[in-house]
Amino acid sequence: MLTIRNPKDFYTGLLLLAISAVFAYGLFELPIGTAYRMGPGYFPMVLTIMLTLCGIAILANGLLSDGEAIGVIPWRGLIIVTGSVLLYGATLKGLGMVPALALTVFLSTFAGRGWDAKAAIGVTVVLVASCVAIFVFGLGLPLSLFGPWVGGY
Amino acid sequence: MDIFSNLALGFEQALSLTNIWYCFIGVLLGTLIGVLPGLGPVATIAMLLPITFGLPPVTAMIMLAGIYYGAQYGGSTTAILVNLPGEPGSVVTALDGHQLARKGKAGLALFTAAVGSFFAGTVATFLIAGFAPPLASVALTFGPAEYFALMVLGLAAAVTLAHGSIVKAIAMITLGLLLGTMGQDLYTGAPRFTFGSNEFADGIDFTALAMGIFGIGEIIRNLESTEVREPIRSRIRDLIPTKAEFMQIIMPVLRGTGIGSLLGILPGGGAVLGSFASYSVEKKLSKNPTPFGQGAIEGVAGPESANNAGAQTSFIPMLTLGIPSNPVMALMIGALIIQGIVPGPNVITEKPDLFWGVITSMWVGNAMLLILNLPLIGIWVRLMTVPYKLLFPAIIAVCCIGVYSLSNNPFDVYLMAIFGVVGYFLVKLDCEPAPLLLGFVIGKLLEEYLRRAMLLSRGDPMVFMQRPISATLLVLSVIALLVVLLPAVRKKREEAFRE
Repeated sequence: MLTIRNPKDFYTGLLLLAISAVFAYGLFELPIGTAYRMGPGYFPMVLTIMLTLCGIAILANGLLSDGEAIGVIPWRGLIIVTGSVLLYGATLKGLGMVPALALTVFLSTFAGRGWDAKAAIGVTVVLVASCVAIFVFGLGLPLSLFGPWVGGY
Repeated sequence: MDIFSNLALGFEQALSLTNIWYCFIGVLLGTLIGVLPGLGPVATIAMLLPITFGLPPVTAMIMLAGIYYGAQYGGSTTAILVNLPGEPGSVVTALDGHQLARKGKAGLALFTAAVGSFFAGTVATFLIAGFAPPLASVALTFGPAEYFALMVLGLAAAVTLAHGSIVKAIAMITLGLLLGTMGQDLYTGAPRFTFGSNEFADGIDFTALAMGIFGIGEIIRNLESTEVREPIRSRIRDLIPTKAEFMQIIMPVLRGTGIGSLLGILPGGGAVLGSFASYSVEKKLSKNPTPFGQGAIEGVAGPESANNAGAQTSFIPMLTLGIPSNPVMALMIGALIIQGIVPGPNVITEKPDLFWGVITSMWVGNAMLLILNLPLIGIWVRLMTVPYKLLFPAIIAVCCIGVYSLSNNPFDVYLMAIFGVVGYFLVKLDCEPAPLLLGFVIGKLLEEYLRRAMLLSRGDPMVFMQRPISATLLVLSVIALLVVLLPAVRKKREEAFRE
């Protein structure tokens, strides 16, 4: 019966093996070639093998030696931070920079503790205004301030 | 051309109005992020990379370099006043620096840190000027086999210096190299690991990866901790030390500069290693009646000089060989490549204005930092208490705008978010992301040199052992890896990192 004695190593091993599997799948369509004339798949193949070996070694260590627990994961912060970044990518073209950035910043404040709605709106306004001033007017990035979804261009 | 005419050419660049301005912005930002909690030079440089695209290469490099060594100054301020190193190079400074501050000698500690750093920065500038050109001319004779071996040595050094498990460090480098192979194959143009998607046709964008792992990932990690920063409230006075105190700090500054410069040049080096080494040297040599850890000024003078010297000499392998010795240098290489400059021994001869301009700007920047840090210390102290909850929405906003502006493609924003999560979990699993970034940057070049060397040798791998330089470098890499695997060294290494 196998028990996970070192969770950090065990899950690292699993993660590495999963990544290796994805790359191994990608290797199928690449010609390997020979050591003399290496094809596009040669170097990645060597790396995938190395990564797999590392993954096995670390996974084995997770089963054979004792280690610390992974600890608490701040799911709330993780999801909100990642979500706010994804939201920016998803809404920028449609909404334009000002609304998209405002949504992103406002949403992201929920990841921290001790925000009330007033402070969050205040920070959003200040941040969006300074970003527009610095990046659009100052550095001249080609971003439309308001996109087609809100009647801009 | 002798060193002085080279330096003159450099000053001509560094003292132009635009470059002075960007150098100032760089060191100002560097000090700022050194002082602010939870924002390091790697994340900042990654965030600013997109902005530098529009600048001339010299100006861009001058600003980015300023951020790096500026952060060393700012980091020591928080280490001394709040006992929180703003930056890994200042970890040891906190040990004695903060004790000094609690005894009411914050002024002395800050003065020592700033002047020690300035002295070290000046010496390091001359060292780069003196040693880089000969090193580059040696490197000009290198063939693909030597380059391959050199990069392997750099990666081996990164493994030995990584915290924690060696196998994990090797895995991270391999993963970085593998991610670097995504996109078009250099020789055949075949798409690799694109999984049928056009978005991966040019591979993963380096800036999105770096911003994700070091910017977004850091934020998620910082949200875990609820640290409260309480700076020493007493007024900072007595900045200028007495004569006796001055005599106490001279030798540690000199030794720290030497140690830091040397360790900065080594592959895998940089600011951190030098400061640790210098601290243990000073601890052994100290004649100070105050024990180390309770406010010995030598414990500030040595490491502070060492980290600044190391931060600057780590530019030598980057500028002469095109090999990054730490993640910051990896970003610099990325910045140069984006500017259309291939870092390597040719840079000195083909772009002397860039090379000498960046070097002399470091001295100019160090002089600015001295002024920024000593008389204006009060401003930085106030900024130190900015709560993190105000900072992270700003970091997210700048990252989003920056990464999108790379190619006006929302895909880069998504990629950054994904790498943020990946970066967070890697750290959570005790896998250091720095070697991953090194591998990613070196990946394409490593493969190119490997394939070229093997073509030239008609598939005989012995080519790497037949050429003396490449053989030496590879043997050194193997020794470096074997040494850390020895049980005795392994134990010591674990102790050293725990300190």
